Amino acid sequence: MAAGFAKAGNQLYTGERSYPFVQRSNLWFLIAAVLVVAAIALPFLRGGFNFGIEFTGGSEFTVSQTENTDISIGEDVVQDISGQEATVTHIAETTIRVQTEQLDEEETLEVGRGLQEGYGVGADQVSSTFIGPVWGEHVSQQMLIGLAVFLVLVALYMALYFRTWKMSAAALAGLAFVVVVTVGIYSATGFEVTPSAIIGFLTILSYALYDTMVVFDKIRENLTPLHEQRDQTFTERVNLAINQTLVRSINTSVVGILPVGSILFIGAWLLGAGTLRDIALALFTGIIVGTIATIFVQAPLYARMRRGDADIREHTEDVLQLRPDRLQEAGIAQVTASGTPLDAHGRPVAFPPLPEPEEEDEEQEVEILDWDVVLSGDTPESSGEDQR
Amino acid sequence: MAASTPVRRARAALIVLFLLLIGMGGGLAYGVQQGQAQWAPLLALDLEGGTQMVLSPQVETDEQIDDDQLNQAVEIIRQRVDGTGVAEAEIAVQGAENVVVGLPGVPDEETRQLIQASAAMEFRPVLEVRQDAAYAEQIMMQDLAEDPDLTDEDRELIEEQIEAMQEDEEFDEDEEALPEDFDEPAGEPEHNSDLNWITPELAADFHNYQCTRELALEEREAQDPEAPLITCNPETGDVLLLGPVDVDGDYIDDASWGTETRQDGTPTGAYETRIQFDSTGTELFRESSTRLYGYEQGSPQNRFGIVLDGQVIVAPNMLAPITDGNPRITGDYTDDEARNLAEQLRYGSLPISFQIESEQQISATLGADQLRMGLLAGIIGLILTAGYAVFQYRSLALMVTIPSLVVNALITWWAISLLGWTDGYRLSLAGIAGLILSIGLTADSFVVYFERVKDELREGRSLAGAVEAGWQRARRTILASKAVNIIAAVVLYMVAVGNVRGFAFTLGLTALIDVILVFLFTHPLMQVLARRRFFASGRTFSGLSAKELGVDVLYKGAGRFARRHIMHPDPGVAAAAQPGPEPAAVSRAQDVPDIPEEEWAKMTIAERRKAREQRRRSAEGDEDEQSAQESVTAASSPSPTQEGGDR
Repeated sequence: MAAGFAKAGNQLYTGERSYPFVQRSNLWFLIAAVLVVAAIALPFLRGGFNFGIEFTGGSEFTVSQTENTDISIGEDVVQDISGQEATVTHIAETTIRVQTEQLDEEETLEVGRGLQEGYGVGADQVSSTFIGPVWGEHVSQQMLIGLAVFLVLVALYMALYFRTWKMSAAALAGLAFVVVVTVGIYSATGFEVTPSAIIGFLTILSYALYDTMVVFDKIRENLTPLHEQRDQTFTERVNLAINQTLVRSINTSVVGILPVGSILFIGAWLLGAGTLRDIALALFTGIIVGTIATIFVQAPLYARMRRGDADIREHTEDVLQLRPDRLQEAGIAQVTASGTPLDAHGRPVAFPPLPEPEEEDEEQEVEILDWDVVLSGDTPESSGEDQR
Repeated sequence: MAASTPVRRARAALIVLFLLLIGMGGGLAYGVQQGQAQWAPLLALDLEGGTQMVLSPQVETDEQIDDDQLNQAVEIIRQRVDGTGVAEAEIAVQGAENVVVGLPGVPDEETRQLIQASAAMEFRPVLEVRQDAAYAEQIMMQDLAEDPDLTDEDRELIEEQIEAMQEDEEFDEDEEALPEDFDEPAGEPEHNSDLNWITPELAADFHNYQCTRELALEEREAQDPEAPLITCNPETGDVLLLGPVDVDGDYIDDASWGTETRQDGTPTGAYETRIQFDSTGTELFRESSTRLYGYEQGSPQNRFGIVLDGQVIVAPNMLAPITDGNPRITGDYTDDEARNLAEQLRYGSLPISFQIESEQQISATLGADQLRMGLLAGIIGLILTAGYAVFQYRSLALMVTIPSLVVNALITWWAISLLGWTDGYRLSLAGIAGLILSIGLTADSFVVYFERVKDELREGRSLAGAVEAGWQRARRTILASKAVNIIAAVVLYMVAVGNVRGFAFTLGLTALIDVILVFLFTHPLMQVLARRRFFASGRTFSGLSAKELGVDVLYKGAGRFARRHIMHPDPGVAAAAQPGPEPAAVSRAQDVPDIPEEEWAKMTIAERRKAREQRRRSAEGDEDEQSAQESVTAASSPSPTQEGGDR
């Protein structure tokens, strides 16, 4: 199967096999919009997010490695000491979690002792967390600052690196999609929103952008010689880039998901709620959504943003105008979405040469550009040219 | 031989990596041998058990707390906690203004209050002074021992002396003074500097007082602003008997420091600390300084003590009555000393207490559980990732990805242990999550790189050539995308508070290590392997066989590939596919091999282009009928049309 995967990779690379990511972008955008709406609506339907005590304030006790997992013991202990209703959950095989509303320090210590007696465990098996009422607000505020700083830095960085703000804008728009959908999925699972989860969401931003960088870098590479040829349109070239990096995208998300999945598994099933599970769930969904978003949202969005530019439009018209004659001349049956011509048997062939140019000037210009690329594509490291 | 260049580079890179590994491992081994470091990373409280408190500063007024004041508060908490004898307490400012205190075990009520309580600053007149000789000597010797100019031998000698002195102390002790030894005061005290404050009990206590850096909370709380106070300056060993409070630190408006000047305005070369009192403070200090100035210069009663958190930080003489509320403290200070004093005074002007925002007590059992589970998750993640890599890339994964992951793990482990040694860095559960996530990101560098190499192979290059050309492109992509990761990690680290901070830290650290490793290990390894017959000739399971590449490759012997179809005439690809000292010529020679070089040079651009097109057309015409091998032959056979080029 790996071989089949690689063969597909090869065909995607040449453009012989091609998925119309850019061409069908209306459909993708529609689906994306539906997802976004669903992701926004879902938390409302569920009655808001399930915020953890880090945001609501309160006390939490964890009794680990206990033989006795009777929930009522915990409820009684809290009732006796503070007169409050406690939420007691059996979060993992031998772990009990007791959540209460705000207790003062005295009560916190007392409940801790009560739980030790009730469950018959030692002092080293009861952990407690106390969260003040304003802590969650504080965390959210810090995270919003982080989010703003990160977005500004990354937007600048991408705009500088790609020398076009449109890539930067497309990438960030896609990020919004990733975050909204991931948050929606997270809320659908009913997991608690904790600072760990928020850290996870912020990490997704980085991961999603990381993935986008790789694909955009390939787009950049494919577009560099765009104007020196009349075979493929801008759209086809962008689509080719997405197809060419498709195998990488899949492999990347798989190698990204495997370790995160193992944290999620361990965190959710063996350890119960906590740092690991929350970070891992946010990352798990985020990696998948991020990879999909790069392919279906960010890259097509960039293509849409650039497509209207005067130089691109001119070039596209040029290519499409020349194409029918050329296809006929070479017996090309169709051109794939990635701009690779196929013959009647579905085998890839080359484009026939351009019709003889009438003007010598234009021809020269094209040729010189061609040479430029040849020369600049060379770097010192690759000069060890022994292979040929 | 030209071939040696990449190999030489590869070897150099691997040697650098080897030296790096030796350096890190050796450094750590040295630390372990010295008993200062340990091989295993230090563990944070959520893995080891203990209590972590996140505190937020509280002030009574609306004033803003600045960084210096917060740092000063942290310094005071640190001294207090150290004073309780709690080992390994960690106190740090995190995020914008949170203070995170980590303590092993469960702190008692007293420690809790010590951490939260604000520290008061007071100006009290001095009544009597005495030296705690034994303590002072000890301080002096300790300072001496820390002198960096000393040789180890001298230092040992001094340390021995200090030990001897500490043992001696019990013998050396003066006889316990008793209240009966002192006279009753002559009358009721009339002002704060009045010696009538000194009762026989007080005098005896003063005489018996032993200076110590650590002050118990009860002693601190017992201090009454309306009553005399016995305390000491732990820096000098002076024991002071102080009158009631003259001026409260709250009345300090600001404090600064600068160069000390003489009357005529020339600098003395020393530094001074300046205090600005507010209007009430000015009034009170005028009163106090006038009274103190009335006593003989140099006598105890001429001095006043500035008390911070129960201990004297400085006790200067009053050289003049200060009426404008702007006293200056001089005394041959260095800039550091003057600044430090100014910071303490500024803190004193705004006593900060702390509110516990969140507190987490992790039992040792839960900590051990979490550590075990974290490690288990890591191992499973590592195995799954390695397994997938082998599935996708066969022996290349075995030879490159897995060793890369192993070396990466080794460096990360050592880096964390070294940071634990040098900076007290502790690995938290979130940190472990960051490490596990980074397995995927590390493996991805390889995926990006290797997919590029495959692309180059599809362009019909030899493996060695594909590795070089693929690297040119992959390097750029890897650096660009890792930069995003590092930006994210740094930003997260700056804003996060508490355990989650560890996540950002390990994420950034591993991204950095990954970049280093891709350059120093993964790529060099590929360069070397590319020259191995097993890979270069595309054997089964090499991850590069025709079947696995899914490409119609044909072997031109000696590990060279050629493509049957050239269906992607992309100048960019052609550029990358033609590195070399004369890429244009090489590409020319390949496209139209049947035209001699001299002849080509004479042709016009239009003619050349025409020749290329004709050549290409004739090659394509042959393709369908001929086998791959034949098409290569055809490519080198002269074609009559090209001979017709104008000369």
